[in-house]
Amino acid sequence: MKSFIPREVETLWTLFTAPVVWALHFAACYATVAVFCAKRLPASFSFDSVRIVLFVVTLMALGVIVFAAWLAWRQWGFGDDDPPHNEPTRDSRLLFQGFATLLLSGLSFLAVVYAAVPLMFIAECQP
Amino acid sequence: MDDDRLTGACRPIRSEERIVRQGSDRNGRTKAVASLFLLCPFLVSCSGIQSALDPAGREAADVATLFFTMLLGGAIIWAGVVGLLFYAARKRRVHSEKNAGRLILWGGAVFPSVVLLALLSYAAWLMPNVRPWFQGADGGMRRIEVTGEQFWWRVRYLDAGGAVAFETANEVRVPVGERVVFSLKSPDVIHSFWIPVLGGKMDMIPGRENRLTLQAEKPGTYRGVCAEFCGTSHALMAFTVHAMQPQDYEAWLLARRASSGVQDAEGLALFLKHGCAACHTVAGTEAQGKIGPDLTAFGERGSAGAGTLANEVEHVARFLRDPGRIKPGAKMPHFTMLPEAETDRIAAYLTGLK
Repeated sequence: MKSFIPREVETLWTLFTAPVVWALHFAACYATVAVFCAKRLPASFSFDSVRIVLFVVTLMALGVIVFAAWLAWRQWGFGDDDPPHNEPTRDSRLLFQGFATLLLSGLSFLAVVYAAVPLMFIAECQP
Repeated sequence: MDDDRLTGACRPIRSEERIVRQGSDRNGRTKAVASLFLLCPFLVSCSGIQSALDPAGREAADVATLFFTMLLGGAIIWAGVVGLLFYAARKRRVHSEKNAGRLILWGGAVFPSVVLLALLSYAAWLMPNVRPWFQGADGGMRRIEVTGEQFWWRVRYLDAGGAVAFETANEVRVPVGERVVFSLKSPDVIHSFWIPVLGGKMDMIPGRENRLTLQAEKPGTYRGVCAEFCGTSHALMAFTVHAMQPQDYEAWLLARRASSGVQDAEGLALFLKHGCAACHTVAGTEAQGKIGPDLTAFGERGSAGAGTLANEVEHVARFLRDPGRIKPGAKMPHFTMLPEAETDRIAAYLTGLK
């Protein structure tokens, strides 16, 4: 079966996928809570709703990161070859990129979880 | 091969080596004792009228618990890391690359991530307790308005309707066992209101009113400070906090509301003659200035110059003559042109105000 996504991606952009998701999630969480607390709009929309919305956003972000990590893992050959991939060859470069992306995805996954932890505990907006 | 120095008994030690080693042992003990002494100043700051680690309020107790939990957690991890370091440096055992990789993964990535997650969750869980919010804070609770000024504190006690009952300065009195709302303001720069023994700090921002609720659990006299750099005399901007039994507090409020005190006529005359009343208020007299600190019942305060000097005639007179020398940047002008006898007389008048 032909894979929908190419097995090898020769671009640096995939490396940044997970950190970009982390940054977006971080901005979304902080901006949403700040705007909600500053504007207090509308009254029927409680802080718990904000919490649930951001919880869903967090799950989506984690999903994208896990997907990016899976692609990276595949590019890394599912760990067939050990680092460091420091040969001046195309193969080595691809493996290195895959491994680096996998590590960055792990870091981003953790960061998204950490950013979401306070959401569970914040009581509400204080006037 | 094991390092022989670790198991020195297995092998006769050459005498000179022994001497060197004994010397270094003694040296090590001296160093250990010296470092214990060096720790003393830090341990001293664990108690006292301005220590967050010697709490007299619930929020401060939570902060202290959080600190000690983090300290204990940090100490255990530190000991573990140092242990590993010694192990790595002394035991020259060969480990397989696979085991080393496993150690890095579990000890270097998984373990810190889980510990950090646990500590973060604990701290985040504690946060609502450290800065609790009460519905009554908008009305119904006892309110004290504190304004940070360069470099002193304007303190206004509000009545149930929110009107100012009376004003004082550089001293806050709260009843024990009752939650008080502090309305925090500033007319000039950002200050920060902090009573370490009662709870966390909160900024006073020009154009805003921030609210902080605190509850004292233990009666006593404490010290509050400005915790945000606000100018040259920022460090000389403190205040006294009296946590009083509720009945004493009510009695004090009543007495203070009616306060006009017995005025020393000569001192008051000098006070008015030299224009002090342009900035200062003394209840029950013509002096109704609003620019500087209210001086009603000044003699009852624990300190002069916002926690800078002992409240004694000699120090107050020194302050009157040249405030800028004691508190650089203070807005009060100097009165060095007055005869010393007169500034002494005014100082005696002020310290006598009850």
